[in-house]
This record gives sequence, C-alpha cells and structure tokens, in this order.
Amino acid sequence: MSVSVQIEDFDISQEIGTLTAVRTDIGAVVTFTGLVRDMGGGQPVSAMELEHWPGMTEQALEEIETQARQRWSLKATRIVHRYGALTPGDQIVLVIAASPHRGAAFEAAEFMMDFLKTRAPFWKKETTPQGARWVDARDADDTAQARWDQP
Amino acid sequence: MKVLYFAWLRERIGTGSEEVETNASTVAELVAELTSREDRYAAAFADMSAVRVAVDQTMTDIDASLTGAAEVAFFPPMTGG
Repeated sequence: MSVSVQIEDFDISQEIGTLTAVRTDIGAVVTFTGLVRDMGGGQPVSAMELEHWPGMTEQALEEIETQARQRWSLKATRIVHRYGALTPGDQIVLVIAASPHRGAAFEAAEFMMDFLKTRAPFWKKETTPQGARWVDARDADDTAQARWDQP
Repeated sequence: MKVLYFAWLRERIGTGSEEVETNASTVAELVAELTSREDRYAAAFADMSAVRVAVDQTMTDIDASLTGAAEVAFFPPMTGG
C-alpha cells in the first residue's frame, strides 16, 4: 500500500514488478492508467496544468487505499498521480490493485479511481485555442462514486 | 487563521495562502467578512455553490464552525484522475 504524488512520469511495468517481486500470493493484478486527451469540452487541448494540495493530496489518496482494502481482500495497492505541466498523450494517473483472484482486483481498481476523481484535491487547467480554462467537475463522476454507497 | 485558496479561487484572490485576522465563528461569516473587505474576494465568492470548503483539512460546508480551527481552505470541485 503506497501512494506517490509526483511531477515525474511513471513506468507501469516497473510499478507492477515492485508489487509482485517480493511475494507469490498474488493471482491477479489490475491496473488503470489515465492519459491527457487532446480534446476537452469540445475544444482542442494543447497543454494541461495540474494543481494539487501538497500534504492533503497524499492523505486523501491513502484514505482511498485504506477504504479499498477494508472492502476487498487485496494483497497490494498503489496509486501514482502526477501534477504540474502535462501535454496530450502524457500519463496522469496510475491505480493498481492486486489480489489472489481477479474479481476483487477489478472492482477495487474501479472503486479507487471513482473515489480519486471526487475526493483527491487535484484541479486541471486546460490550454485551448480560446485560452486557458479550469476544467469543470462532471456530474457523472459524482454518480460513479455514489454507486459504491449502495448496499 | 491560515486561509488557503486553490485553482480559480487562488487566481481571483491573487494568492494561494494568507494569514487572516478574524473573529468569524463560522465559514459563512469568514466568507462574508472577506467579501466586504475587497472586490477580489467578492469576485471569488460570488457563487458559493461552486466553492468547496475544508476546515483543518476535513471537507465540510459553509455552516461549519471555526471555533478552534487553525486552517480553512476554499477550492472548486476536484477534477483529478
């Protein structure tokens, strides 16, 4: 269980290797990688700036990992989120869930992403031909998070 | 009291962090006090439905008490991931 909030890019295979190298009780590893798209709000996007809340961000991501591990039988979790200047095609976020069987890993990876979208203090600013603008939060993200509250 | 601002709130107010002398007992009172002080606060807090609040790094709402609080943060809904 660990989180990183960093400017630098990350290497997915290296991250998986770090989780699985020291143990043999993991049967399933699910990863999600988020990338910067070249379109946003119907406008071409040429660059993105990601602001975050140092200290609070790490705490929020750790809380999300803790909740996932209380909910599913996981052997390892990892969240990496970048901040600073990014361009289309760049990796932004990595979530990894590892468990003995695939069901828990699939669900936990989606759970962590849904909570990260609405609970982790990051704010995106996109540069478009009309200038730079802050990205609006999407109702769909609230809905995606809320469905995990249902019994 | 330490007050933090993020994203477009930071841009409209012109700083990400400041010390504010205040006797406000709730977040709402602090917002009203800042709004009356200068136009840049009025511009940032014009639509509070677009603003989220954390007191001492815990998400809360505009009616939250500031008794004993050391830090208040204002920010738009989060857009990470």
